[in-house]
Amino acid sequence: MASAADKPARRARPLSPHLQVYSFLINTVMSIVHRMTGAVLYVGSALIVWWLAAAAFGPEAYATVAAVFESIPGRIVLILYCWALMHHMFGGLRHFVWDTGHGFDLAMVDKLAWGTLFASVASTALIVLLAFSGVAG
Amino acid sequence: MSLQTPLNRVRGLGSAKEGTDHFFRQRLTAVANVPLVLFLVWTLLTTFGAPYEEVRATLASPLTAIALALLAISAAIHMRLGMQVIIEDYVSAEGPKLGLLVLNTFFAILIAAVSLFAILKLSLGG
Repeated sequence: MASAADKPARRARPLSPHLQVYSFLINTVMSIVHRMTGAVLYVGSALIVWWLAAAAFGPEAYATVAAVFESIPGRIVLILYCWALMHHMFGGLRHFVWDTGHGFDLAMVDKLAWGTLFASVASTALIVLLAFSGVAG
Repeated sequence: MSLQTPLNRVRGLGSAKEGTDHFFRQRLTAVANVPLVLFLVWTLLTTFGAPYEEVRATLASPLTAIALALLAISAAIHMRLGMQVIIEDYVSAEGPKLGLLVLNTFFAILIAAVSLFAILKLSLGG
């Protein structure tokens, strides 16, 4: 009887090219970041629900959330969450362009990827600016 | 030689009859999320640092309540579909995969249920 080691599938064979052989493309990075921001938003949704539930629960519960959100670490987390939200949104809009069958040539793919990054940072900056300009209650 | 008929051998191995359903629902909720998420950001921005009664009044207003309720439903569906793909991509062992997919659904439903309860309590409750 042949042992498992003799089976062709078990012999050491050259592997197909892996991640390190591909050149850097901004599109690759934005694709990975799109998935990562999605996962971050998934977990972070608990923060938003905590805030909403605390408001429904009463003044004391809300005061706890407000204190956490308004602390310096809380503000940093909210700003990063806001960026993740904006990035995932603009990344999604990029996918809508592709869904129509447009924007697949390399120059456009590059532009859309950089555009997503730029738009997410710019919109987050705008939101932070609005927060400091007295829109907040 | 199998005694099964050819039809019996392939039964249950074909299409799940869902087609592009996952893709379409992901995109449908994505479209809905764009204005709803912007509304949430605006709501958070304008209530940030505000006194409790003011926050409560904002969240209890019909426009805010309806928009946030729609977002709770749309976002819960969207995030469940998204996390499902992540789990299916990275977890190949059948047991853990099934377990995580179940937890994923429970988490999404919990997020939606708590949000909707909070919104209803703020709008209609005493």
